[in-house]
Amino acid sequence: MTTRVHTRSPAEITLIGLAVVLSALILVVPIALIFAYALREGVGVYFANILERTTLHAIGLTVLTAVIVVPINIVIGICVAWLATRFRFRGRQLVITVIELPAAVSPIVAGVVYLFLYGGQGLLGPVLQGMGIQLMFTVTAIILVSLFVTAPFVARELIPLMQQQGTEDEEAALSLGANGWQMFRFVTLPNIRWAIVYGAVLTNARVMGEFGAVSVVSGSIRGQTNTLPLQISQLFNDFNVTGAFAASSTLALIAVVTLILKSTLESRGWQ
Amino acid sequence: MASRRSKHLLPGFGLTLGVSMLYLTIIIVLPLLAMLLKVGGMGWPEFWRIVASNRSLAAYRITFSSALAATVFNGFFGLLLAWVLTRYSFPGKRLLDALVDLPFALPTAVAGLVLVTLFAQTGWYGQLLEPIGFKVNYTQLGIIIAMSFTSIPFVVRTIQPVLEDVEAGYEEAAKTLGATGWQVFARVIWPTILPAFMTGCVLSFARSLGEFGAVVFIAGNLPGLTEIVSLLIFIRLDEYSYEGAAALAFVLLLAAFLTLLATNTLQSWQVRYADRST
Amino acid sequence: MNKFLATAILAFGLGTPAAFAQPTDILNASYDIARELFEAENAAYAASGATVTVNQSHAGTSTQARAILEGLAADVVTFNQVTDIDKLVEGGAVSADWATQFPNNAAPFYSFPAFLVRAGNPKGISDWGDLAADGVQVIFPNPKTSGNGRYTYLAARAWATEEYAGDEAQIEAFLTKLFNNVPVFETGGRAATTAFAERQLGDVLVTFEAEVLAVRKQLGADKYEAVIPSVSFLSEFPVAIVDKVVDSRGSREVAKAYLDFLFTPEGQEVAAANFHRVNDETVAAAHAADFPAVRLVTVEDAFGGWEKVSEEHFADGGLLDKVFLNQ
Repeated sequence: MTTRVHTRSPAEITLIGLAVVLSALILVVPIALIFAYALREGVGVYFANILERTTLHAIGLTVLTAVIVVPINIVIGICVAWLATRFRFRGRQLVITVIELPAAVSPIVAGVVYLFLYGGQGLLGPVLQGMGIQLMFTVTAIILVSLFVTAPFVARELIPLMQQQGTEDEEAALSLGANGWQMFRFVTLPNIRWAIVYGAVLTNARVMGEFGAVSVVSGSIRGQTNTLPLQISQLFNDFNVTGAFAASSTLALIAVVTLILKSTLESRGWQ
Repeated sequence: MASRRSKHLLPGFGLTLGVSMLYLTIIIVLPLLAMLLKVGGMGWPEFWRIVASNRSLAAYRITFSSALAATVFNGFFGLLLAWVLTRYSFPGKRLLDALVDLPFALPTAVAGLVLVTLFAQTGWYGQLLEPIGFKVNYTQLGIIIAMSFTSIPFVVRTIQPVLEDVEAGYEEAAKTLGATGWQVFARVIWPTILPAFMTGCVLSFARSLGEFGAVVFIAGNLPGLTEIVSLLIFIRLDEYSYEGAAALAFVLLLAAFLTLLATNTLQSWQVRYADRST
Repeated sequence: MNKFLATAILAFGLGTPAAFAQPTDILNASYDIARELFEAENAAYAASGATVTVNQSHAGTSTQARAILEGLAADVVTFNQVTDIDKLVEGGAVSADWATQFPNNAAPFYSFPAFLVRAGNPKGISDWGDLAADGVQVIFPNPKTSGNGRYTYLAARAWATEEYAGDEAQIEAFLTKLFNNVPVFETGGRAATTAFAERQLGDVLVTFEAEVLAVRKQLGADKYEAVIPSVSFLSEFPVAIVDKVVDSRGSREVAKAYLDFLFTPEGQEVAAANFHRVNDETVAAAHAADFPAVRLVTVEDAFGGWEKVSEEHFADGGLLDKVFLNQ
């Protein structure tokens, strides 16, 4: 493509123009709006909004959830991908389908199924309550539904890649006397590390932004079980639009960083 | 066990099988089972009364038709973006490429808040659109826009790699044989990317069906007019009608299963297609 | 790192907190429109020297009652209707004698359903009868999830009972028309306000006077007008300790101290300043100018008590279901 030095045809100019204008309207303006509204009452108000006790707590809770969910997803993602790409066994397709399922269901359904399992009138809820364990409307519930909705993200990146790479390198390492861990550490991991990071970045974005599932199980206690997206929606309902946008700007910032990370990783991956 | 070991050359079968099964059971299967039990325990007439009530039917109609409209838009827009990103080079191309994923990175609640503000009467877009008769907020158009926004990347990202693989040689050959640009697209390129395009559309449709965060902000949530299925589930839950919530959740789960099935079928079609063409 | 995580987990309440002797925070599960009220009450409570942090959760009160029965660990409830506390009594979360644990049937303040209309009152709404007129759109929350919505139903019914001299057929016809004029039933009072004010839905919002006055103050007295109907329904806002929760957390004393504060002159002053009517005579006299006179009927006078209301009106298949077809 680099060799093509030519004058652009009218069709080319039209298509590029259309794509750029539409993308600007649909993708760039919304991001600009977040910061414009967040800062419209000045930088002082902006920071006051962010540092407000319950918003700050929501930021902390959102980060905590991500810190717990992302590593678990990486481990499980590698585990499932290894299982699904290195062995042929009955039920293999089922495992792949099950881990894909959360991506296809509405997040509301994700919240509802957890309520039916762990709620006070649910399947296991009464037993757990009898033992003094309360899951619904706690941070634990938020983490559980986050694990549910993000289950496919790392595995989805790894399975096609590991399928494509095949097993020859790993078999060679074994025949040269490496043990299982050494094989994984020195042969498998270097090949898939960028895909892992990529999956982790996607998981992180989704965990921090999850709204539907979390809103069913959180109880929305300000300063306790309110994640950032819930806090934003409550601020909006309190007619505090500037506060809602200030809180949104932190998530928008994370989104932009995610995009930069992702695009850097991709160009690295292609080399 | 001994025979299994000889079948698998690589280590870790038992470990990964055990961990995966345990985890998937606890995190995914068990909760879904709890819902199925709830639905199973309610009896057919009760189930039917809920899923076939007028309000539910209206909610399916609104959800499906909006998702369809959003998918049609994303089909065109996605094709355009993928085409421009793979065929042309221009300043800012990498930035545009990175921007495509924004809807996945931006939380849906934030997307909803932004869209409702943009299209408000006094908003940046609303003040231009309302005078010419386009009301977006709290109408079905708003639902469609929210659904489109949150599922833009699917079509782009599924056809992009395929478009890259379509050999430039084919196009050049067709052109030297006298084909116009449009003929090349319609006869050579389109059939090749069709399976990927369809896959992208199905993924986009599935995502739109389940979208909640962005939609609740911008939809008026009026029963029968702008109330989507996910929201109706939420309302039934609040009304303490667990049967109502479970039955509707079951319908959405079924829809998710069907789309998953459709994607898998399409993907295997795509693989066959790729095999044949090489 | 591990230590950090452990601390963080503890700080965010991941662990089961039953072991703590003196909880430093309590959770108040409250009705939807009380967000600003309790923000002010809690600030005043902290200023009075209390060291406990009061966290808030707001939603329709039936939704809150369900959440508590599902396990939401609220130490106290500050609801707007007795029926939702009765639900907690039935579920074993609150003891049956809750109403005697605080003065005035455990209700620190009260309000009543009133109307908020757009500037100039274009539809000329002055009383309940106008809400059932053709072409009028009414917004109030879902009576199945919100005490606020149920009060609206009861107030409208009380008015109709007087208007139609108790003729049940005419009363039901009126209520059916009224409910048919509602384009959307939001699950909580605040969501209904948002629908009316932000989404510009409807000609009239029916909600507590407290919300009517607060919204008018916050969103502009030039944009909205308050309308007080000829008669409305006394809406006392009861409070209770959630025994199940305070017993397991050991927080009964702090919970009681907090609720006691709502009945003190300071607590009453904050409530009155936030447009809730109060029983403390001095405070009520000081704010008399803010609250116009209104004729209120009580649940005993109009319907023979909450128990009867629950059985006849709000039970599944009851009188409410006859006029509220929400399928």
